[in-house]
Formats: sequence, C-alpha cells, structure tokens
Amino acid sequence: MNERQSQIKSLVQSLSRVADADPSFEERLFDSGILDSFGLPDLVAALESRFGLRIPDADLLPANFASIQAIDAYIGRARKDA
Amino acid sequence: MAFIKGFGAYLPERVVPNSEIAALVGCDPQWIGEASGISGRRFAQADETVSAMGASAARDCLARCSVEASQIGLFIFASGSAERRFPSPGVEMLHRLGVTGAPVIDLPMASAGSLFGLGLASQLADAYGEVLVVAAEKMSSVVLQEPLDRNTVILFGDGAGAALVSSSAGLASIGAPILHSDGAFAADLQLGLAGPMGMNGPVVVLQSSRKIPGAIREALDAAGVNARDVDAFLMHQANRNLIVRVARALDVPAEKFYCNIDRYGNTSSASMFIAAAEWSQSAGFRPGQPVLFAAFGAGFHWGALVATGV
Repeated sequence: MNERQSQIKSLVQSLSRVADADPSFEERLFDSGILDSFGLPDLVAALESRFGLRIPDADLLPANFASIQAIDAYIGRARKDA
Repeated sequence: MAFIKGFGAYLPERVVPNSEIAALVGCDPQWIGEASGISGRRFAQADETVSAMGASAARDCLARCSVEASQIGLFIFASGSAERRFPSPGVEMLHRLGVTGAPVIDLPMASAGSLFGLGLASQLADAYGEVLVVAAEKMSSVVLQEPLDRNTVILFGDGAGAALVSSSAGLASIGAPILHSDGAFAADLQLGLAGPMGMNGPVVVLQSSRKIPGAIREALDAAGVNARDVDAFLMHQANRNLIVRVARALDVPAEKFYCNIDRYGNTSSASMFIAAAEWSQSAGFRPGQPVLFAAFGAGFHWGALVATGV
C-alpha cells in the first residue's frame, strides 16, 4: 500500500469495533463487519479531516467507502476534480 | 406569527422488550440495544388503527391545552403506515373526535411527517386559527410482515403524537421552517403497497448524518441562534447512534437531545411529538430560550425549525 492507502487503513482500524482489525486492500469493510452502519459517517468525517476534503452529499454512497481500494480511488477522483 | 400551544401523545399498552424481538429474528437482545439504543417498544393491538391512535394523541393534546376539538380550524395528519390508500386516516380521526366539516390534510410521510406538519401549520395558522397536527404510526404492521428483516424489526414501534399550533398565543413562537426533499434516494427507504419495507441502512445513515445537521444549521442561522445556546433538541427518534452523531456534528453535548428511543423505539413520524410531549412535562419551554425540532425520513424528506419560548 502507498502512503495514502496506509493512512486510510489506519483510519479504518481506528474506527473499527473489531479488535485488531487488519483489512486487506480489497476487503469489503461493511460486509465483513469491520465497520458498521454508524462507522460510515465517522469514517467520512475522518477522511474529510485527514485529506482536507468536503465530500458532497451526492457522493455519500456506501460504494465509495466499501473498501480501502474504493476509498483510495474516490479520494483520487475527488482531488482531481477539486 | 404562529405559536406552539402544547403537545400530546399516545402509546399502546403492550410493551415489547428486546428479548421478544430477538427471539423472532434470532439475534442477541444486547445487540439490539447496541445497534440502536432501544431496550423496548410498544406494539398496538391487532384492531388498533393509526386513526384511533392519532385520535387518542389528539385528545391528550387538546386536554393539555384546554381546547375543544370543535375549536380547531384545520387538522393535519401524518402517517407512513396507514391501513388503506383511501379514505385517509385523517378523516377517520376527525370522525372519532366528533368533528364534522373542518378540513384535514393528510401527509403520507414517514418519520419527517410531524416536522413537515408543524412547519405547514405555522404557515397556515394565520388563515385557520388553531391547527392541530397529529402523527400516528403502526409500524408493527409493517415490520412484522414475512419475511422478517432483522434490521427493521428491531427498530420500530407504534404510537402517536400531536402538537397544537395557534395564530394567537402559545408557549413558544415558531421560527421559519426549513424543509427539504430529495427523491434521488427514494428506493433506499421505501414501503410498497404490498410490503415489505426496504431499508438500505448504510445509505440512510450516511445521508441522515449529513442532512440533519445541515438543516439544523440552516434553521439556527435563520433564527440567529448558536447551537450551543439551544435549550433542548427535540429530534425524530430514529436511532440513538444517529442522535449522538448529530450532536457531535453540531459540537453540542448529546445530553441536550431529548431521547426516549430506549423505551419506545423508532415510532417514525410520531416520535418527535411523543418526545416533545414527554419533554414538555419534565422541562418545557422557557421564556426566550430556543428549542430545536428536526427530522429526517423516507423520501428523503428532512428539515428543522426553531421555536422560542415566550
């Protein structure tokens, strides 16, 4: 994982209710139980703070935060659009 | 200018603990509490309708305000779980109240119906004088349909609430209502004519945790009030975890949000008025102190308004 992906993984781990969660790059965070429904808005807030983003309502879709891979791709697109 | 004169509520007698729901869907009762903050809810009797529950809440509200049903110029009835398409439950409630001739507007809206009704009443009070807003839900008839979905069965309860709005006087003046709707997510929280209810939990949580604080900020800005100066937040009781996150987003203590979801579950559109009816008996409006109402529900519909004690 590159630095951004490692940062995302660290945020996910800090918000997970699973002890010693170690999600892989492609692992589905919600389906695997690493994050629950209410972990998602917490993750969005953490991503906005860490990466200096304001994620618009229209992008608040579970698919954009489904895995470290999906989050990394979303942040890449969001920064390109900014 | 419109005023809130008072609130009323009705809760069915039967208390349904988490253990009963857990046995239905095969889960740990403790998980229900952790996922929602709910420890019990009320379920209506089989023959109890939303109009009957609404009439009970209306009577409670009218009695608390010392107003007769015959003095009401307009009724507004919100429900997302009415038993039939037409006639509407509002007109049946009027019949139960012994009212003939006064108009009733039905809002077929779950969860946000009470807030939209309150906002509409504040705008219509000048024309109709006394406006009684009622919200009633029989969510047990929705979530107990087979096949059971444990993500919805655990959340919902039955009940009704009411608020009396007046053009002349009351306990609090109502500020500009902030009301929003967006159909882009209609499929993510819906109940078809034949059921069952469908809820895409992650979408609902993501959208509500952003949209509710946004609407609250709009309402506070319109009223010139800082979030930290709000006396109490009376919000739709959707999920305790959501209420905590809304408080966090606004940087106010969660204790400022009146919460009774532990006892009644999510009673959809009725929940905000049920909470207000309880809050008004234990605390209530204080002169000059702002109180914030907010809700979010299927549609999506969401909004907020400030009422200031007089």
